[in-house]
Amino acid sequence: MTEPTIGIVGAGKLGSTLARLGIQAQLPILIGSRHKVEDLKWVIDTLAPGTITLTTDEVIERADVIILAIPLGHYLDLDPVKLAGKIVLDASNYWVEVDGTHNNISDFKRSSSEVVQDHLNNSLVAKAFNHMGYHDLEIEVDRHPDVRRAMAYATDHDEIRPTVEHVITAFGFDPLFLGPLRYGLLLEPGSPLFGEAIPRDEFQDKINTIYDSPYGQKIITERGEKIK
Amino acid sequence: MTEKKYQFGLDTFGDIGFKNDGTPMTGAETLRQVVKEAHLADELGIDLIALGEHHRSEFAISSPEIVLSAMAQVTKNIKLGTAVTVLSSDDPVRVFERFSTLHALSNGREEIMLGRGSFTESFPLYGYDLEKYDDLFEEKIAMWQALLEGKPMNWNGKLTQKLTDTTVYPQLPEGETIATSVAVGGTPESIIRAVYYDLPVVIAIIGGEPTRFRPYVDLYHKATKQFDKPERPLGMHAHGIILDDEKEAIEVGWKYIKAEMDRIGIDRGWAPMTRDRFEFEIDKGSYYVGTPETVAQKIAKNMKAMDMQRFDLVYGTGGQLLHQREDTIRNYGEKVIPRVKELLGGDGND
Ligand SMILES: NC(=O)c1ccc[n+]([C@@H]2O[C@H](COP(=O)([O-])OP(=O)(O)OC[C@H]3O[C@@H](n4cnc5c(N)ncnc54)[C@H](OP(=O)(O)O)[C@@H]3O)[C@@H](O)[C@H]2O)c1
Repeated sequence: MTEPTIGIVGAGKLGSTLARLGIQAQLPILIGSRHKVEDLKWVIDTLAPGTITLTTDEVIERADVIILAIPLGHYLDLDPVKLAGKIVLDASNYWVEVDGTHNNISDFKRSSSEVVQDHLNNSLVAKAFNHMGYHDLEIEVDRHPDVRRAMAYATDHDEIRPTVEHVITAFGFDPLFLGPLRYGLLLEPGSPLFGEAIPRDEFQDKINTIYDSPYGQKIITERGEKIK
Repeated sequence: MTEKKYQFGLDTFGDIGFKNDGTPMTGAETLRQVVKEAHLADELGIDLIALGEHHRSEFAISSPEIVLSAMAQVTKNIKLGTAVTVLSSDDPVRVFERFSTLHALSNGREEIMLGRGSFTESFPLYGYDLEKYDDLFEEKIAMWQALLEGKPMNWNGKLTQKLTDTTVYPQLPEGETIATSVAVGGTPESIIRAVYYDLPVVIAIIGGEPTRFRPYVDLYHKATKQFDKPERPLGMHAHGIILDDEKEAIEVGWKYIKAEMDRIGIDRGWAPMTRDRFEFEIDKGSYYVGTPETVAQKIAKNMKAMDMQRFDLVYGTGGQLLHQREDTIRNYGEKVIPRVKELLGGDGND
């Protein structure tokens, strides 16, 4: 597979960390935020040297795979036309501290990445890179060169799975397919899977017992059944 | 006057401690204990003690300046700081009044560190919207800087009050100020903002290999050039337990530091700490747990690698038995700090 160009939208804690990991893995990385390029460039040149800083529009235009690393509350800023046809890895989470105590974007019936996919109706969305804290992305990768950490993902588009898995692997993680995008609910904050930076078999064990957890129980209460 | 090149501090949130027989102390007992610990730290010549501000059952300190005032009366030289003052959910005018009062009562030994802190309960408690954290911080740090100028305030805030020709009392003596620094985690923007306001930065390095933060240190230096600001001493803050017996220190850490990290994890979405990760933090990561020599070597190594001039050891994390808290402080003051200075090449005095 020719190396896909990765475009990161959002250059904060997660975006700059992913850029650094990507560059370490020798991937072509573009990044942009709402900052002017001249204001962001020197920051990125310091935090993740090798990354190319552009405007968000240029990042979207030039990248093959786009990672969303912006607050979920800003998803409507994304232009579905510009993102049409692109593979979009949605790393955003509803985060009370940033997005507010009242979540009127997503709920147990409609997970946040489904909301993003509905908005980006001509993009190929996968939920990925959302369940590991940005510190752990680096710590756990460095710490276990031998046993890779599982990075779970979910998507409705089977055709993009090889690319998604390629990107996750290239970043240094072990891709674990959960199922269609609605299964992304299992990766949201509050779930026992959220925050986990563990090997595949341990991650799989946690998936298998998810409905024993209070979060799993809440899914059943809210949806009337398990995710199917 | 000689200016010290290195500064070594102790930080605590006022974790509810345990008596030596294992029974928990009350909040009131813990507060009195922390004042005693400041006295001990002062006698040992430790440069600074800094208190956190929390509003929850595990911690006794919600009003650090009051505790610092009490400490001021039983200490002579030690600087009395916060780590951190959550300015976003406070009123900068009141913060100024409290610190200028402390300035008077401590003969100018107060220091304030501004930041977000580990927990966020002060926002609902005081009626602020957490999601406005950044906007609140941005506006209030600007207001804080204006207050420090000591002139009558003219301020037209969006999220803060409007002030016209208002002097805030007690005023600071002519030419004096409240030493202010900013605590940062991993948000690049916070480092840039601190440089913009020409404030020294203390990085909370509470997990992973400390040198992972090197890019943030580089960002600090780069930002000073970008904004044409002077370089201020950089510091780091990390958890530690220093006992004569290595194994004991590790087990105390496993019991208490883990409990504390798991609690923060609930708020931050971290998974509970595993033994394997805990041991990694001691061997290669961010915990300064072990004998005085082990801890001194580690502090010196990381301060060197990251160009740090300030190190704050968080002691008593998760509570701990009285003698464990006091032994850590004693070992830090008597053995670790002198040894770190030696390892860094001289004590840093000009
Ligand atoms: N922090 C973590 O550990 C972590 C882990 C997994 C997932 N996540 C998720 O990842 C996302 C980012 O989190 P973070 O912690 O990195 O936040 P952050 O540090 O606040 O960074 C957010 C970034 O997004 C940019 N941004 C905001 N709105 C934008 C827009 N409309 N277009 C382009 N860029 C925009 C911001 O820059 P400008 O203001 O200049 O635009 C900033 O660079 C969130 O959804 C979060 O839930 C975070």
